[in-house]
Amino acid sequence: MGSDTRKRTAGAFDVRLVIALLTGVYGLVITILGIGFVSDEDLAKADGMNINLLAGIGMLVFTGLFLLWVKLRPLTVPVPEDEENDSSQAGQD
Amino acid sequence: MTVLAQDLRLDANAVDYALLAFYFALVLGIGYLARKQVSSSLDFFLSGRSLPAWVTGLAFVAANLGAIEVMGMSANGAQYGLPTVHYFWVGAIPAMLFLAIVMMPFYYGSKVRSVPEFMLRRFGKPAHLVNGVSFAMAQILIAGANLFLLASVVNLLLGWPLWVSIILAAVIVLAYTALGGLSAAIYNEVLQFFVIVAALLPLTLVGLHEVGGWEGLVDKVANGPGGEEQLSSWPGNQLTGFGDNFLSVLGLVFGLGFVLSFGYWTTNFVEVQRAMASKSMSAAQRTPIIGAFPKMLVPFIVIIPGMIAGVSVTELSGENKAALMAGEAAPSGATFNDALLLLMRDLLPNGMLGIAIAGLLASFMAGMAANLSAFNTVFTYDIWQAYIKKDKPDQYYLRAGRVVTACATILAIGTAFIASTYSNLMDYLQQLFSFFNAPLFATFILGMFWKRMTPTAGWTGLVTGTAAAVGVFMLAETGVWDLPGQGASFIGAGAAFVVDIVVSVVVTMVTKPKPEAQLVGLVYSLTPKEKLKRSTVGEDAGWYRNPGLLAGIVLVLTIVLNIFF
Repeated sequence: MGSDTRKRTAGAFDVRLVIALLTGVYGLVITILGIGFVSDEDLAKADGMNINLLAGIGMLVFTGLFLLWVKLRPLTVPVPEDEENDSSQAGQD
Repeated sequence: MTVLAQDLRLDANAVDYALLAFYFALVLGIGYLARKQVSSSLDFFLSGRSLPAWVTGLAFVAANLGAIEVMGMSANGAQYGLPTVHYFWVGAIPAMLFLAIVMMPFYYGSKVRSVPEFMLRRFGKPAHLVNGVSFAMAQILIAGANLFLLASVVNLLLGWPLWVSIILAAVIVLAYTALGGLSAAIYNEVLQFFVIVAALLPLTLVGLHEVGGWEGLVDKVANGPGGEEQLSSWPGNQLTGFGDNFLSVLGLVFGLGFVLSFGYWTTNFVEVQRAMASKSMSAAQRTPIIGAFPKMLVPFIVIIPGMIAGVSVTELSGENKAALMAGEAAPSGATFNDALLLLMRDLLPNGMLGIAIAGLLASFMAGMAANLSAFNTVFTYDIWQAYIKKDKPDQYYLRAGRVVTACATILAIGTAFIASTYSNLMDYLQQLFSFFNAPLFATFILGMFWKRMTPTAGWTGLVTGTAAAVGVFMLAETGVWDLPGQGASFIGAGAAFVVDIVVSVVVTMVTKPKPEAQLVGLVYSLTPKEKLKRSTVGEDAGWYRNPGLLAGIVLVLTIVLNIFF
């Protein structure tokens, strides 16, 4: 397509980091709530299940995996078509 | 949903509000970051056709995971049980695969910027105008309905006045769609997808724990008012409203599975736009397929909580469920629409509650932002640029796009207040838009594979098909033709499809077709095969990026799911 020859900055910020930031903060906050601030009333509500703690740990694990993905497959800024070479093929997908 | 206002007020505390505020900060942050990438109208309206397939694929699902889907499908789950999965497995997956494999090469390959623009190239101006104007109107109405639902949930949960919630929600959505265009909408949809999962997955798990696991749920549903029938997806008589098993299956497969869903997924620009924004033909084809994987699993975190609510929430179980299923008001005053909210109130502690509220608001905003970003593209390219202000520099249309987004938001606030006067507007809207999508799909399919089909046939087919669907709707509404459940919209869609095909064929016979030279890239038999090919090198290489193979995997998994449930 015609627009390939222009240098693209689209994707220069990585949405994966924003997602990881969100789940990381959420996971951290509710894990702390689950460890330190869980009331008997909360536990009774969910039939004895400490949902904040479990969901928090789940989100932290998810965040870790996402960060690993970002690290293993870093974002490449697409180069114009005529300069494309083998090294540009390690893009994310 | 207003009856229960008192009981539904969630017990949100400072932590919940902080989590909610953090989410909104990120949403606006994405809008701000995406703005830096916008330097032309193509950047604004189609993200410069530069996004990777997993981003557009998740956005493809999230754009559809709006208020109707989350609240409506969990309500359906509470009411009808497992047959609701048809909306996903029969009503979405096959159509998504068809879009990817068969239709996307034409959309992406012809370089049109919108679905109405495809109509313009294939059938000329009358069909273009009919399609463009009806689509634009529909988007404003749906955006308003989404906005109203969003505001009413905020009102219900947090106690803010309705008008404050409507305007605040509108301003937030406007801020990021007008700043960053489609990229901001799409990146936010991806974020929204993860928040929705983070909200609903724990809710489902804790709900299952509460009712004694899957076994416990099966037991309780089987002994409840709906009976065993609610535990297997076929034949789904309660859902369709047909007494006869064969008719019910036929209605599901042809009405929902073929006409309604193919019409929705393959011609609705809100969805197709997400695929058009991807960076290559291969990525465009993979968009709906990658979306199909989460789409397969979404029912587990939407329908199952609904079913759990139907057996465990006091206001919705037992005699209340029986009364609601018989079409009467429940003694408790609750409705199935409240299923998800009541379950959240019953089960979630502070902290998780804030995330769940963020997830619900996220899903409603996703729906509205998708409507807005599709509307501004169609309005700017297909109405403003095509018929009102032609041949202006590109920057003019970029500015126009931002202004149009702002105007659309103001209009949506207006339609939100109209929506607030109807109690069951969602049902009507969903039906109204099946009026437009079913005939549009018929016209598309015929036009893509039959080169003789004439421009006149294009628009007459659309108009008469819609009229046929409206006719069936009127018959069902006035009680002339008794179709309870959701069978009426299945039949209406079928009628629209058949009438559109018949009228198109007849009109084509007596009018003049377009010269073949103008149809290259638009009609299957006139398009050179290599024009429809995707590249298989570089970022499109590898078996795991082969659309055909991925589609096969999705199909097999869907069949397996249908056998198990």
